[in-house]
Amino acid sequence: MSAFWTLLKRDLLLQVREGGAVGTALGFYLVVVTMMPLGLGPDLNLLSRIAPGVLWIALLLSALLSLPRIFEADDEDGSLEVIATGDLPLELATAAKALAHWISTGIPLALLAPVLGLLLNLELSAYPVLVATMFAGTPAISFLGAVGAALTLRVRRGGLLLALLVLPLYIPTLIFGIAAISAATGGPSGVQASFLILSAISLFSLVLGPVAAAAAIRFQTQ
Amino acid sequence: MTPSDVTSQQSLTQRLANPTRFMQLSGTLMPWLAGAAAALILYALYLAFFVAPEDYQQGQTVKIMFIHVPAAWLAMMGYALIAISSFGYLVFRHPLADVSAKAAAPIGAAFTFLALATGSLWGKPMWGTYWVWDARLTSMLILLFLYFGLIALRSAVEDEALAGKLCAVLGLVGVTILPIIKFSVDWWNTLHQPASVIRMDGPTIHPDLLWPLLVSAIGFSLLFFALHAKGMRNEILRRRLRSLTIAEVDRARGASAAAAAG
Amino acid sequence: MIDLGPHAAFIWAAYAIYAVVLAGLVGWLVWDGARIKAQLGELEARGVSRRSRAASKETPSS
Repeated sequence: MSAFWTLLKRDLLLQVREGGAVGTALGFYLVVVTMMPLGLGPDLNLLSRIAPGVLWIALLLSALLSLPRIFEADDEDGSLEVIATGDLPLELATAAKALAHWISTGIPLALLAPVLGLLLNLELSAYPVLVATMFAGTPAISFLGAVGAALTLRVRRGGLLLALLVLPLYIPTLIFGIAAISAATGGPSGVQASFLILSAISLFSLVLGPVAAAAAIRFQTQ
Repeated sequence: MTPSDVTSQQSLTQRLANPTRFMQLSGTLMPWLAGAAAALILYALYLAFFVAPEDYQQGQTVKIMFIHVPAAWLAMMGYALIAISSFGYLVFRHPLADVSAKAAAPIGAAFTFLALATGSLWGKPMWGTYWVWDARLTSMLILLFLYFGLIALRSAVEDEALAGKLCAVLGLVGVTILPIIKFSVDWWNTLHQPASVIRMDGPTIHPDLLWPLLVSAIGFSLLFFALHAKGMRNEILRRRLRSLTIAEVDRARGASAAAAAG
Repeated sequence: MIDLGPHAAFIWAAYAIYAVVLAGLVGWLVWDGARIKAQLGELEARGVSRRSRAASKETPSS
């Protein structure tokens, strides 16, 4: 198990030292959300009604941009092959890398979301639920995204393909994430039910993601 | 090890799944399959247009159901077939399973598209608009995206053996996520249900309509299998052609190298 | 022609799309198969057979 933590620590350190990537994702998030009022008009009532959807969809797109980085650098310098043949089961290694992605990208994006909510006139009562759903939902984005990143690892210019493969897998997260926030501002469903289902989806992807990603990497590093 | 030793060590299923044997078997079966499909589809068309009564609610537009519902069934069956083939390829490593998964993808995608197109054409007279975010139509659309993903991944990876394995992983991931997507879309739909939506097909369907639907469904299923068998045959021949071409190039290279050495 | 009521155009359009897509699929599969068979025949006419492939594969390993 200590190998798992070592790998996680290494990936996080690399992220911090390289920098840039997280900042780019956050900047992209900010720009996309800013484009919305510019495209739809500054009507505050409309904006506050669509704010949960806009915040979630923009978050998905921002996270999508950073997905290729999960395995790319390690594949280029050959360390992925070392990891794949090492003592740590590859499933745990991919889990560590996806977890590092969640900590380095998912959490900052989730923390930026309430700030962007101000721009969209999101109701104040929705803020705690917004942050909670994003913390509960973003693991699914990282762990399912790791599958897409692993599948398109050796595809030249695989970014677009990655989006095509991964976005349909994010639909349940999107639906229940938005439902929970809408419920907090007087929507038709219960907050708790949506939140629990969202967490269940994340837990499920915690299992499925690393196993599938490990299988995909094993085929490519053989 | 002589070839006869290899054959005797193979199990029955392995021998049935042998590509050469598959080519023989499918070669004899295919004309019958295609003929039966054509006959049943023609009979279903006759039933649909000349025998089946109007629906008391939907009038003559119920005729679209006879082709829409089979397309929707086959769209789902196609993905199930891909999932089973993917499992067979990853677990038993049998190349024929990969051939099956590859051949099924475009056919399944075509039926998914047809289910969407006919559903949309059915929706216009029923709902007054070509597209509503009905749970079933939305799920079908997402299924089409999953098919697109499989086809795109297969064509993006140059190494064919690797492409097959990666597509098998994606197929299995897709089939595990699909029920969750279906559940969430249904749930989302009930939240946003508009007040006046006519159900596409209620729980009760008149027996006079059920019989043509059944004939049509069996006919199009047979057509699906005939197309799938034809696609698999093409793929097997294509792989044979490729390995022959590679062998020829290798030999030519070897000959020129020998000439250069001598 | 049978009377299909006020929405006849939609019914015909649905059946027409079906016919076009399925005919396209059948046509593509048949064309693809014929093309591959022609290329295989061409190779065999030049004397490349499956046995030669098997032989060339076995040579380096043995």
